[in-house]
Amino acid sequence: MKNRVRYTFILPALLLMTIIVAFPIIYNLYMSLHIWFVASGSGPHWNGLKNYIALLSDKRFWNSIRVTIVFTVGALGSEVLIGVLLALFFNRQFKGKDIIKTIFLFPIAATPVAVSLIWGMMYNYDLGIINVLLKAIGLPPLLWLADPRWVIPALVITDAWQWTPLILLIVLSNLESLPTDPFESAKVDGANSLQVILYITLPMVKPAIIVAAMIRSIDAIKTFDLIYVMTQGGPNIASENLNLYIFNMGFSYFRMGMASALAIVLFTIVMAVNVFLAVIRNRDVT
Amino acid sequence: MGKSYIKTSLFYIGIAAITILPLIVFLWMFLTGLKTQMENLAIPPKIIFSPTLQNFKSVFAQNDFLKYLFNSFIVAVFAVAISLLFGLPAAYAIARFKMHKIGLTLLIARMIPFISYLIPWFIIFRKLRLVDTYIALITTHLIITLPFIIWIMVNFFENVPLSLEEAARIDGCSYFQVFIRILIPVVRNGIFTSSVLGFIFSWNQFLFSLILSGNRTMTVPVAVFKFISYEEINWGGLAAAATTITLPPLILTLFIQKHMIKGLTSGAVKG
Repeated sequence: MKNRVRYTFILPALLLMTIIVAFPIIYNLYMSLHIWFVASGSGPHWNGLKNYIALLSDKRFWNSIRVTIVFTVGALGSEVLIGVLLALFFNRQFKGKDIIKTIFLFPIAATPVAVSLIWGMMYNYDLGIINVLLKAIGLPPLLWLADPRWVIPALVITDAWQWTPLILLIVLSNLESLPTDPFESAKVDGANSLQVILYITLPMVKPAIIVAAMIRSIDAIKTFDLIYVMTQGGPNIASENLNLYIFNMGFSYFRMGMASALAIVLFTIVMAVNVFLAVIRNRDVT
Repeated sequence: MGKSYIKTSLFYIGIAAITILPLIVFLWMFLTGLKTQMENLAIPPKIIFSPTLQNFKSVFAQNDFLKYLFNSFIVAVFAVAISLLFGLPAAYAIARFKMHKIGLTLLIARMIPFISYLIPWFIIFRKLRLVDTYIALITTHLIITLPFIIWIMVNFFENVPLSLEEAARIDGCSYFQVFIRILIPVVRNGIFTSSVLGFIFSWNQFLFSLILSGNRTMTVPVAVFKFISYEEINWGGLAAAATTITLPPLILTLFIQKHMIKGLTSGAVKG
């Protein structure tokens, strides 16, 4: 009886998941072992591991790996650092706290295409508000998205604007749920605020920080909307991360086999980073 | 008064300075939408100007924008409804019969790049001549909303005391009746939160819609992206369009603010 109920409840969803999720992944894996130039009209033909081997000597692939790493490290690093600092700052009772928490939800919920569009205007050389502000404080204006040296920092700033609030709110809600005893006994023992934060608060919220970092890393490594809308990978390929390269391979050049192989590489990277973060977290928990 | 007064004031100034950062971008977007083309091209930017709704009017008048809004709405509503239909019983079963391995599989599904799904689905939908249909969009949006809704709902079902179900079952209710009459009403907060978040995810989705929609089914993020290419100079129109499409998610956020962060993190905490 119990077994029958269990399966009647879960089977429909499992079946649907198999069709929409598992099947495409297997198809993706299969495609990655083939050459298939969709526009040619002929079907896929077997290519073994040669797609993957070809990647090793593909300069544009290595460029996209470098962009992915620089962007992810920059975005994740600044978001976690600023997010945790702000959470510590906000972690007290004050008037208007609930309103402020709501305000920080807005960037998280905002449509990424709209956010990217607006930031693209804000980075405009002549009219953008950012260069206007730079000039106002006596600094030279920057080309931002049109400058290969500044394009990734510019994208990181936009990403940090949208996603630092997520880290802030996750860590803050964890801070608010902590028991007060350790803090009181530390005060009794004469610890100063910095010592309390370093030796008591931070170790206690570390699991929450890692969870926040996991969630962000998954999305930062796979970033697409932001870069595609703001720069389309440019100037030239200076901001083309792995996900954009896959997109171009598949939907600009229609080389579906190669695009599939790249997609498998991207998935492997996301998995590896998350297994690594999960190991760090579990080591601390036990 | 004295030292603590100054300290409190500084604290509030700090709070205000930090909180202005998320707001100012939205404010700038909205104000740019209210300015005329001349005003948007002024250097330095005008802070005082007479606001006009002209840009918003022309966005709605010119570009089939209402149709795109409708498309986004339909796709999001169906993606969420189908996810609930399939996801709620599944989440209950996972929570009640402790099938945690399935929960872990859902987490892995979330790590898979969207593009891994998109390539096969594009090939299939092209073959079936289903590109530019609601079916193609809803199917792919389900890839996001279904695992997500199951995730959140597992947590909510786990918090329902077993005694509640057992009491009803002693009264002669079947598993199915218990599920519909007792459990669904108990977890309605979770259903609401996960539905709203699922709606926002679908509404904001760009990559699937970029490839799988066309003139008939174009959703708003894709429509706004397409404006950029030929209206690059028309900042007022672009900003008005951006404001319009991002307003629904922002308003929805207000209804779920208490649970939103918990909802966004619930799956990852366990994995």
